[in-house]
Amino acid sequence: MTLLAAANGISLPGTDDPINVSQTVGFALLAALMIWAAIRVVTTRNVVHAAVWLVVVLAGAAAQFILLAAEFVGVTQVMVYIGAVIVLILFGVMLTQAKLGNDPNLSRRNWYGGAVVAVVLFGLLAFATIDTFEDAKLPEDRRMALPAAEVGDGEVPRTESNTGAVSDAVFGAYLLPLEVLGVLLTAALVGAIAVARKD
Amino acid sequence: MSDLLRSYLTVFIFGAVAVGLVGAVLGLGSFLRPKRPRPEKLIAYESGVDPVGEGWTQAEIRYYIFALLFVVFDVEAVFLFPYATRAEAYGWYGVGAMALFIGILTLTILEAWRKKVLRWS
Repeated sequence: MTLLAAANGISLPGTDDPINVSQTVGFALLAALMIWAAIRVVTTRNVVHAAVWLVVVLAGAAAQFILLAAEFVGVTQVMVYIGAVIVLILFGVMLTQAKLGNDPNLSRRNWYGGAVVAVVLFGLLAFATIDTFEDAKLPEDRRMALPAAEVGDGEVPRTESNTGAVSDAVFGAYLLPLEVLGVLLTAALVGAIAVARKD
Repeated sequence: MSDLLRSYLTVFIFGAVAVGLVGAVLGLGSFLRPKRPRPEKLIAYESGVDPVGEGWTQAEIRYYIFALLFVVFDVEAVFLFPYATRAEAYGWYGVGAMALFIGILTLTILEAWRKKVLRWS
């Protein structure tokens, strides 16, 4: 009995299904591309090049999400991360005194501290993922929709799409976090205005 | 392969053809053209005048506010998509929940307007 199944009382999908070969091959190719691009992010001598390599990593993650039938998460990855967060990072680079050209002093001497953190984080995530999903596989055309979600003060009819299932979760159990997210974004912008104002 | 992944195969083929076409045209060009590099040929070209100084200047911080405003309304748009797929099922409850979310985010643009950061002086 794994953590996810124990917590929610649901059976893991596709435990007995055969391995989806095309999906596994696609995952391996994308993973290799992402690892290569991630290495280039930390080894390139140019900050702007690092940001552009980060775009490759994030696009690979979006493709992985689509491979896992999580279309909404994949499109969100493209819109928010590639569209907005990279813009923020590039503006951050342009606002600071960082050199846009090649900078031989880009590496710091305590980089191995970051490497230790990365290895520990990788271990934790790998353990959590393997322990949670074990033999679960991508369902073949099986939808993730929950049976008749509870939204608002009554039950709404069940949805056929995964995006609809996300919506049921967001507007059902996770409505308060959604509104808190709105407050958080507002606070971030008010803070930025306070920092950027001249007077 | 599931139907969902097969439908995305079209996207993959489209992208592969686009990348392959650009690569083929550029590769053919580099294969056919004469190659005699000189330092003058490698500098940036603009209206026939040689560039002076560097292209790098420090940007103003107020650009950051516009970037952050973009992030805020990007996130708002992202949450509109799942709502749009289920809006009919939710009825007025969904309208109220989404109106509250958009209302909170609209405070950002009101704050920016009130502090006059939208005005470019």
